[in-house]
Amino acid sequence: MDLNNIQKYLLKEIADINGDIQGAFNIRSDSESIARQSTEHIEIIPKENGSGIDIFVKPGTKGESVHIPVVMTKSGLKETVYNDFYIGEDSDVEIVAGCGIDNCGQHDSQHDGVHRFFVSKNARMKYVEKHYGSGKGEGKRILNPVTEVYMEPDSYAEMEMVQIKGVDDTTRTTVADLKEGAKLVVRERLMTHGEQQAFSVYTVNLNGDDSTADIVSRGVARDDSYQKLDLKIVGNAACKGHTECDSIIMDNGRILAVPALEANSVDASLVHEAAIGKIAGEQLTKLMTLGLSESEAEERIINGFLS
Amino acid sequence: MLKIQDLSFNVDADGREKEIIRNINLDIPRGKLIVITGPNGGGKSTLAKLIAGIEKASGGKIFFNGEDITDMSVTERARKGIAFAFQQPVKFKGIKVIDLIRIAANKNLTVVDACSYLSAVGLCAREYIDREVNSSLSGGELKRIEIATVLARKSMLTVFDEPEAGIDLWSFGNLIEVFRRQREEISDRSILIISHQERILSIADEIIVLNDGRVQHRGSREEVLPKLIGTASAVRNCRGNMRGDDC
Repeated sequence: MDLNNIQKYLLKEIADINGDIQGAFNIRSDSESIARQSTEHIEIIPKENGSGIDIFVKPGTKGESVHIPVVMTKSGLKETVYNDFYIGEDSDVEIVAGCGIDNCGQHDSQHDGVHRFFVSKNARMKYVEKHYGSGKGEGKRILNPVTEVYMEPDSYAEMEMVQIKGVDDTTRTTVADLKEGAKLVVRERLMTHGEQQAFSVYTVNLNGDDSTADIVSRGVARDDSYQKLDLKIVGNAACKGHTECDSIIMDNGRILAVPALEANSVDASLVHEAAIGKIAGEQLTKLMTLGLSESEAEERIINGFLS
Repeated sequence: MLKIQDLSFNVDADGREKEIIRNINLDIPRGKLIVITGPNGGGKSTLAKLIAGIEKASGGKIFFNGEDITDMSVTERARKGIAFAFQQPVKFKGIKVIDLIRIAANKNLTVVDACSYLSAVGLCAREYIDREVNSSLSGGELKRIEIATVLARKSMLTVFDEPEAGIDLWSFGNLIEVFRRQREEISDRSILIISHQERILSIADEIIVLNDGRVQHRGSREEVLPKLIGTASAVRNCRGNMRGDDC
């Protein structure tokens, strides 16, 4: 695989790829697939209309991974990509996605990834998605991911979604439908700085008895940035749902947390927690008594919070 | 090692200035374990915070190893060799016990080395080293981790602000052991403990009694402790949780 330095750097940032990749993968760079590999148990097939890829994980596949990173290095590119994941019954896999945009030019670069997950009965999936922007151009780096998760009975999905740096505008939309016994765990980490704006909208429908969802979003809004977190759980059965928005606000940052719980069954048990505040003074003081300067202490606290 | 000169600290109470520390003069020599006691509201914890730089003095000077540190920040004082153990340990989301010990030691300690500080405070190190320093830990566990981080500083002067507050009896016994061991290994370093627990007073080299913002007594343990027994300045262990004032 022939990669330039920017591509290598972005791949390292978003997917921790440093050289060879084990397992199945598809690397997309500047709107083209530049490398792809299927394995005996995981097949990656491009869609006929060229709009994305289909990933098929065979039933019973265990301990394997799929990497599907996207990098954009040309200013002014705009694309919408549709990727569908079919996770076979009784399988247990890890999927590492992510998008890195380096924009040194005048024009906006935008990647809208629409990911749909069909998680079969008894399947387990861990999904890791990192978004990162770099480059000093005036053009914006825009990412609007849409994630849809359809969970069959007794399936399990754990999703780690991280956007730490450099993305100017983002609207993250996540929708999940859970059947009986299915469990969804989401850990979202968002940091915005400068003039950035981030909107994160979740709608999780707990449709089956004994389905559970645990959605935790941690955010840090620095400088003049803005975040809106819109977390909704709908309980349509004897289910358990928990959402948590936990945010640190700094400088002139602004955060709007909009928790929403909707119970349509008397047996639904739903909880929401939300907290927004600046870094606690005592946390800074404690780390300063251990020899850190105030700004070092601040960085440590934020890095820990978003870890 | 530490010289406090004419130190005062006032706060604004309903528009009137209230004196918490009144022109205190103190010398803390090298190689000593000194306990500061006195009734509640006497200014003990405030004095500890003034030494660490967490509170700023209204008047007077503080010298550390001959250097005027009165205007130095908390960080600068920490780097000069003053460690401070909080009465109420601070919790952090996402920062692990090992992270805190490494920050305290100012080096990338191995897990084994970091664990040794936890073992020293009676915690089964492997169970705790990767835990987050958050509300999932009990008051006693947090307190012992707090003390472990302070031990990892290996500072010239370590100030413990009411180390017994909020911990259970078993942890308290363990704490006394930690102080005893520190006392044996003290060499040219010094330990200053704010406490009115008799068992802590009974391991002191010297006792200072602070009352109404002034030094009321100062002397060796043998001299001062017998006078304090039965007063609010030398409280015996109570049953159940040790929550400072309730004891």
